[in-house]
Amino acid sequence: MSASPTLVARTGSFFHRYANPGRFLKLGARIQPWLTWTALLFTLAGLGWGLFYSPADWQQGDSVRIMYVHVPAAILASGGYAALAVCGLLSLVWRHPLADLAAVEIGPVGACITALCLATGSLWGKPMWGTWWVWDARLTSVLVLFFLYLGHIALIRAFDDPQRGYRAAAILALAGAVDLPIIKFSVQWWNTLHQPDSITLTGAPTMSSSMLWPLALSMVGISLGFAAIVVARLRAAVMESRIRSILSSPRRRGGSA
Amino acid sequence: MTRKSRRLWLIIACIACLGAAAALMLRAFSSDIVFFVTPSQVETKPPPADRTVRLGGMVVAGSVKREKHGETPVARFDVTDGQAAVTVRYEGILPDLFREGQSVVAVGSMQKDGFVASEVLAKHDETYMPKEVAEALKKSGKWDPRFGPPPSAASWNSMTVQDAKKDLSGKNSAASNPAQTPASAPAPAAN
Repeated sequence: MSASPTLVARTGSFFHRYANPGRFLKLGARIQPWLTWTALLFTLAGLGWGLFYSPADWQQGDSVRIMYVHVPAAILASGGYAALAVCGLLSLVWRHPLADLAAVEIGPVGACITALCLATGSLWGKPMWGTWWVWDARLTSVLVLFFLYLGHIALIRAFDDPQRGYRAAAILALAGAVDLPIIKFSVQWWNTLHQPDSITLTGAPTMSSSMLWPLALSMVGISLGFAAIVVARLRAAVMESRIRSILSSPRRRGGSA
Repeated sequence: MTRKSRRLWLIIACIACLGAAAALMLRAFSSDIVFFVTPSQVETKPPPADRTVRLGGMVVAGSVKREKHGETPVARFDVTDGQAAVTVRYEGILPDLFREGQSVVAVGSMQKDGFVASEVLAKHDETYMPKEVAEALKKSGKWDPRFGPPPSAASWNSMTVQDAKKDLSGKNSAASNPAQTPASAPAPAAN
């Protein structure tokens, strides 16, 4: 235990140095245009290439183009929840105020992208599998993720004292993170209707490079877009909390009275 | 600082317990989480005729027989997992992706004369391939979609028609990928 406090302290000071709200506002204002414009550029390039110029699949035909939206949405659905879990850890251990605000702002964006993933998957499933929905392990675990997002959104706003909401939501975010490995490995652990991953860390992708490139572009673009939306929301939230604290500060009250 | 590290360890312990609990639960319910059973499972332990099961496997090449009873199309085909094969009878329109060598999931029940499906779902694999590549691979004789999944994507470039002409004589054996064996497995047990 002797080594751990210094490590914990160091991690804490690292986050405090780079993520204190004032610094974040300055940094956010600088990177926001870059994030937004590169996100738009990559998304438009990736989706344009994928939807209009990439080849059709030999057996799925043009339906395969749903992939260029579905796969980035699915990855960001899990990634967004992982970010929520990290925020929960920062909030519970280091009581980081920015982590709480970030958790409030990531939730709805993540829920939307999860809904997009489920909707596009359903639209893809009907022509290919012959059904809108099945209760296999992959689909069910992603639906559970969607409900976890909804629960987090509701819980973090459910208390009059926001600190209690942050606390409860952080615990939910950490507990719900158990679902992430289940989603990832569901297609390997059990037999499912959903096919296994085409792109893995260990093996070569089982996808033609003429489809892989537009997919990679739209994946980068939509991820940057997710980040841009979260940063914009977070900046607005930090400014809002500052304005609130100025409005409710005793000096101001004294002055106006 | 000690309070912070205590909180961190507490959280790590909680997550570990929760993860272990989830893992044990999923292990215990593992047989219910699987989406389909395989033909060899059905063969060794046939489910009761009144129970709906989902049977998954690959459509055996050459086993598909399509008939028409009045207006409704009736299809019979064998589904295999490489070890056993079950004959499936299905009344209705098959999904577009249905073909010999394709993985399918048939929803229905095991009757005396084979599996009677009320619904057939097509399962596609994780390979995404342009039409031209598929044509080239088929033409080069290195892959027949009826006998299993295509070769790995890294080898497609060297397997196109032009190259295939050169080494058709020499490396033809490279085409017999491992998946070919289960698909061409012996004919299913009659009935």
